[in-house]
Amino acid sequence: MTAELPPTLAANPNLSKWININSDGSIELRIGKVELGQGILTAITLIAANELGVDPGVITMTATNTSHSPNEGLTAGSKSIQDSGPSVSWVCAEVRRLFAQAAARLADLQALDLRPVNGEFRNLDGTYIASYAELAGLVDLNIKASATDLPNNETTQDSIDELRRIDLPDKIFGRPRFIHDLIFEGMLHARIARPPGPGAHLIAAPVEEVKAMPGVRTVVSTGDFLAVIATREGQAQQAADYLAQHSSWTESKALPDQDALVDWFHEQPVQTIQVRNDPMIGRPEPQLSATYTRPFLVHGSIGPSCAVATLQDEVLQIWTNSQGVFGLRSAIASALGIKVELVVVQHVEGPGSYGHNGADDAAFEAALLATAMPGNPIRVQWTRAEDLAWEPVSSAMVSHLAATINQEGRITEWSTELWSNGHAGRPGYNRELSLLSDAHRSGIGQLPPAVDPPAEASYGGARNLEPLYDFPSVNLLAHRLLTMPIRTSALRSLGAHHNIFAMESFLDELADQVNIDPLEFRLSHLVDERAKDVLKAAAAAAGWGEKLPDNQGRGIAFARYKNRGAYCAVVADVIAVDSIEVKKLTVAVDVGRIISADGVRNQIEGGAIQATSWTLREEVKFDRSKITSTDWETYPILRFREVPRVEVHLISRPDQPSLGSGEAAMGPVSAAIGNAIFSALGVRLRNLPFTQENIVKAIEAS
Amino acid sequence: MSEFNLTVNGVTHSVDVPEGTSLLEVLRNDLDLKSVKFGCGTGLCGACVIWINGHPTPSCETPIEYADGASIQTLEGLGTEANPHPLQTAFLDHQAGQCGYCLSGILMTAGALLRDNPSPTEQEVTTALERNLCRCGTHQRIVEAIMDATQGAS
Repeated sequence: MTAELPPTLAANPNLSKWININSDGSIELRIGKVELGQGILTAITLIAANELGVDPGVITMTATNTSHSPNEGLTAGSKSIQDSGPSVSWVCAEVRRLFAQAAARLADLQALDLRPVNGEFRNLDGTYIASYAELAGLVDLNIKASATDLPNNETTQDSIDELRRIDLPDKIFGRPRFIHDLIFEGMLHARIARPPGPGAHLIAAPVEEVKAMPGVRTVVSTGDFLAVIATREGQAQQAADYLAQHSSWTESKALPDQDALVDWFHEQPVQTIQVRNDPMIGRPEPQLSATYTRPFLVHGSIGPSCAVATLQDEVLQIWTNSQGVFGLRSAIASALGIKVELVVVQHVEGPGSYGHNGADDAAFEAALLATAMPGNPIRVQWTRAEDLAWEPVSSAMVSHLAATINQEGRITEWSTELWSNGHAGRPGYNRELSLLSDAHRSGIGQLPPAVDPPAEASYGGARNLEPLYDFPSVNLLAHRLLTMPIRTSALRSLGAHHNIFAMESFLDELADQVNIDPLEFRLSHLVDERAKDVLKAAAAAAGWGEKLPDNQGRGIAFARYKNRGAYCAVVADVIAVDSIEVKKLTVAVDVGRIISADGVRNQIEGGAIQATSWTLREEVKFDRSKITSTDWETYPILRFREVPRVEVHLISRPDQPSLGSGEAAMGPVSAAIGNAIFSALGVRLRNLPFTQENIVKAIEAS
Repeated sequence: MSEFNLTVNGVTHSVDVPEGTSLLEVLRNDLDLKSVKFGCGTGLCGACVIWINGHPTPSCETPIEYADGASIQTLEGLGTEANPHPLQTAFLDHQAGQCGYCLSGILMTAGALLRDNPSPTEQEVTTALERNLCRCGTHQRIVEAIMDATQGAS
């Protein structure tokens, strides 16, 4: 029988690309997805151990490298478990069969009778035959995966359900593991002296003066790109600060007026897609409409962007925590005019990036500077201010929603019109000029506008614009801006965060209008049983329907991420006295078959807390020339004393494919908090973040 | 360049570095103690917290002059895998980490708290961590792990 290979295996069909079984019993596994702190290496190790029938401890996951690893594209979109999981599972099942056959030949048995446990093949009566280690020399894995049905892994050892994160001990005992921790013989330190803001061009720089500063090895000045390479890190910083302060730049006022952002969005040239266009029913019932907005948000990695590169014997080697090492390699090779075969990009774990942050830009800068000083490894480190002002941020978004409800309290028509900048500006996605300093060195002040993934990849700005609810007539327009004064790209869940926030808040407005309980209102418009189940589970766990004390509010929200990913429902409990305190988030999640329950919990807890931070605190601030929120005081994020208690309930579906969990909670959390504030105060918050200032504005407007 | 003497994790070092070099740079680059993390450079995120004469302090905005003659402790000196500090055991038990970049500063802040106050309340823990940021949203596990490592924990 033939079966279809999982897509990333079909693209990299050689088994030896994925796995080596060594004669010392160790197993090396290579995947194209990278560890972002989400625990993917641990989850994949677990899948492989169970499929092979070995102890997880013998498996080593090799960090992704453009020369040796299978190309599985980006690590993004909650797709690592969906992409790598089935491929690794297939590879390991096939390897197991090949080894079982080899063991069977040794013992003159049928391969099917052999059950590997803890790396040893035994006969059904328990007689030992041989181990993976002993058979390693007898099996050639340099063959293509076969498109035939594989034995299921019921023939291996009992499944291991939980494995502690393999990367955590290094991090808890302070051992070097991050991109920032790399050191090489002769490594030099580089810092970039950035323009004062997007669109400013260099007039003059005191290059010779800076070259004479202590420890400075060279100054690179090309177009609007200015950088310093020095022996010591502090010297590089000192010289770059001096360079930035004493260079003159043209004045640029390219950024929009932050106080009139909605109007600005409406005035920009756009590319429009009609996501859905059902015939209007056109009933005469009163229409409700509302406008929802979200500000620009940063990724805000705790470790500012960093990379190392060296040019040696014509090979450009780059170390980076980019989420897309293959796309980055092509972009750097093309930008520097180097053959792609001569560029090697090695992934090294970094601080959480949550999307496309400055990691790729830093990698390009290290590469560019390495070509200026061949033979010297060059380490580029961004400052906190650079990271908050120059990384690609997530677009602000504006949407107008309108709906009609009939006399039975059912929504008959639903429409949304959305404005957003693009959510995909990664190297490889935007063909030309995706790297910040590549633009600057060419004297180009602003990168071309970010694009959006297509419908097949669940859109960018329009992600989750379409309701999963059963509305008879739905009309959805999504506008992507063709100007980009503030550089945007992918942040955890792309446009889904705003779209779910808007949709699930507006649904509450409609439920309130017809006086129906928000949970009932949602359930009555859903046909998908898995959707209903997460809503009911979250509501039951949170005690939905109980009477609450004064000043407390409870809100609910739901989404299926991308309408084909994980299901997630959230109940938020807030206390609204002088300010808003989110007391508790009760989250119910259905990710299909669960690979690692604790891994899913950790991702959901993290997503819920990060989304609470977005909801209550976060907003990129800017004037007409530059981003002005450049430290943790001007861009506050949630602190330990402010985080809600997060309670996660998992609904296990062993018969359903595994789905990623990293982005599922973002939108529902923001909407549930807004709905809870409405339940506490009777005030509808339509503009994120829910700061004191925005709450006062909403009260005044109501 | 000037010579400075400091005791780090019980070992005395003499370093010859430019005046004004940050303690963070000396620890990471001159003494190769990579647990100490660069996060913001202005003492606002806690990623670089170490102990100077026992006080949890951001090393990024501490010039080396201030540490001359001082006794410094970093995460490398808190415990090892063979002989872990109770906090490290608890962090592993609770799987209290996602990307893990903030953990060393948090462990050092929490370590000083537990040394001075072996049975803190949860509120005392979150107050002590006021200057430590975590972006992945691992706060809940971190606080649970710290509470688990307190003397009051059974």
